[in-house]
Amino acid sequence: MMTDPGLLALVALLLPALSFLVLAVAAPLRRLGRPAAWFSILCAGGSLAAAVQAWAAGGDDVSRLLWAWLPAGGGTLASVGVLADADSTLMLTLVALVAFLVQLYSVGYLSDEPPPGLGRYYTYQSLFAFSMMALVLAPNFVQLFIAWELVGLCSYLLIGFWYQKPEAARAATKAFWITKAGDVGLLIGIVLLWRQSGTFDFFELRLLAEGGALPLAGLSLITFCIYLGAVGKSAQFPLHVWLPDAMEGPTPVSALIHAATMVTAGVYLLTRTEWLFALTPEVLAVVAWIGAFTALLAAVLACVQDDIKRVLAYSTVSQLGYMMTAIGAGLAAAGFFHLLTHGLFKALLFLGAGAVIHAVHSNDLSHMGGLARRMPHTAIVFLVGTLSLAGIPFFGGFLSKEEILGAVWAGGFVGPFLLLMVVALLTAFYMFRVVFLAFFGEPATAHITATVGAAHAGHPHDPPASMRVPLWILAAMSLGVGISSTMAGQMLQFGPAEREGPAWLMPSAVGVALAGILLAWLTYQRRTIDASSLAAAFGPIRRAALARFWIDDIFEGGYRVGLLGFSRAVGWVDRYLVDGVLNALSAWTLTAGDDVRGMQTGRAQDYVYGVAVGLLVLLLWVQWVLA
Amino acid sequence: MSLQAYLTLAAAVFCIGLFGVMTRRNTIGILLGIELMLNAVNINLVAFARFGGDVTGLIFTVFTICITVSEAALGLAIVILLFRVRRTVTADHLDLLRG
Repeated sequence: MMTDPGLLALVALLLPALSFLVLAVAAPLRRLGRPAAWFSILCAGGSLAAAVQAWAAGGDDVSRLLWAWLPAGGGTLASVGVLADADSTLMLTLVALVAFLVQLYSVGYLSDEPPPGLGRYYTYQSLFAFSMMALVLAPNFVQLFIAWELVGLCSYLLIGFWYQKPEAARAATKAFWITKAGDVGLLIGIVLLWRQSGTFDFFELRLLAEGGALPLAGLSLITFCIYLGAVGKSAQFPLHVWLPDAMEGPTPVSALIHAATMVTAGVYLLTRTEWLFALTPEVLAVVAWIGAFTALLAAVLACVQDDIKRVLAYSTVSQLGYMMTAIGAGLAAAGFFHLLTHGLFKALLFLGAGAVIHAVHSNDLSHMGGLARRMPHTAIVFLVGTLSLAGIPFFGGFLSKEEILGAVWAGGFVGPFLLLMVVALLTAFYMFRVVFLAFFGEPATAHITATVGAAHAGHPHDPPASMRVPLWILAAMSLGVGISSTMAGQMLQFGPAEREGPAWLMPSAVGVALAGILLAWLTYQRRTIDASSLAAAFGPIRRAALARFWIDDIFEGGYRVGLLGFSRAVGWVDRYLVDGVLNALSAWTLTAGDDVRGMQTGRAQDYVYGVAVGLLVLLLWVQWVLA
Repeated sequence: MSLQAYLTLAAAVFCIGLFGVMTRRNTIGILLGIELMLNAVNINLVAFARFGGDVTGLIFTVFTICITVSEAALGLAIVILLFRVRRTVTADHLDLLRG
């Protein structure tokens, strides 16, 4: 029985890689669809088992397995391997768990997909699981960056899974390019850091940083560049615009990549390099402010969305802002804790939303309603996820949210703290808006009969077992984490005691969340408050939010004016300057040739005449010059 | 007689031959001009051999005469073929390579 967490983590890492290689190489197996799916799920299950054991075996000790990769004059420049410590094995377990459940769930969700498409889906899924685990376990910046780009690629491939849909292809490209903009910053940061310290290795860098051996000059630029990578990947303002569009992909993909794992890679990166960022408090302040601002912006946007997946997408952006604020306030552990609980309940919410979409065949909230009676299982687990997200005691997100608010308050960031309190209210409001609109109230049967036909007419029902089991597992885990952390509340101390929030914090945070729920209940369930008059009261904000605060337009305008303008200028230079010179030269050659063609008479005697005259001139020249 | 007299004669024959090549309209006339130029060279070779005391020039002259004969035979054959194809041997009309 293996007990080394490093080896176990390596097994967890390599199983999805094996699955990917087999599915990628063995095309006949891939085209069969379902067997490919079960093979991939089997590997994911084995990976999960290994990850759990690695986590259980790990404890607080660190296990490193390294292989030299880029040899250089003064020793190895870069190595690959696994770095298994408490944080990375925990994150590894989350990734393996959600990947396994999502793959299981996808069998039911994509049952209408043709077999080759299904095989392709599971190939990408396996590649993603491998890449994400390689990112989590990366022992140095080089492997981290490679895995970082690989998950970006998988995200692109899976958003554009239905590539026949123009919106999906567009969204995939948009996601790829916008995250790439941040990745350029990350790459620059990594190289600058290497120039400063001479190593990519996390372990050595940490020793340098904590020993005070790292020169502080220029370090702010480096950490800011690394943060830029996190801004792109974790959808922070202003690069958050790709995440809502990424919802064009299949819903299980949104649950895995765009809620639970990949988008949290930025938060994870900052958690991993916490000791580096601690040296540059001014960058941390930027992280906190941008995080809080992103949280508020996305929460406001989530309130006006009619697409159930877009509400969840903006909610993800908002919660990522929460985590970033905690890291900015100097308590990365709180952000990481929220990352884990959020991974559980947001995957649950997305998979629940997927079940609803699967049953109703629409993303639009106005096409749902009264689903609680028809889909009781889905309704219950969705409610668990919603309560977790709202931060209600005994549910998943409660304590992690408290930790973040406490950390931000104790860190002296009053502004971000107030923003986050508003976000807590809005979070509860928009999530319960979804719950009341989708699961309660009157069923919107008109749409269903109109679009789905007689077979399913008016009978949305709970999903099959392969989809229900992952939902229940995630719901149970959200609840389990919530109950145990709430019970153990005072024992579960993340960070030193002075970073704890004041006593009034927990009641007020819960009160704010309850107020949000109450507001949603009055508006969308009891209809005491008219939704349209509520909308009118917030008229300008609502209009701005419906236009996505014009951020997409600004990007598009920048693209139009900047990039296209530049392209036109370059095109003009090419067309008129470069081509012009060449055209003038060739035209001149042509006319010159035309002018001298008369010399060529074709009569041999003229040539003899020329030769004779030339010889004569030559002789005279020899006579006069050489004499 | 001096060497200079032979060289002057050779130069005169060469120039007459060149003049014929450049001005004759008839292709056969041009061939005759070429023969004259080649014979001017022969006079030069023989004169230098005689005055230099070296037989190389004489041997070269024999070569030149052989080559001249074959050249004349080939040239006349070409002219005959040309006449068959183009029905003319006037040099001014043979300008297919005009630019």
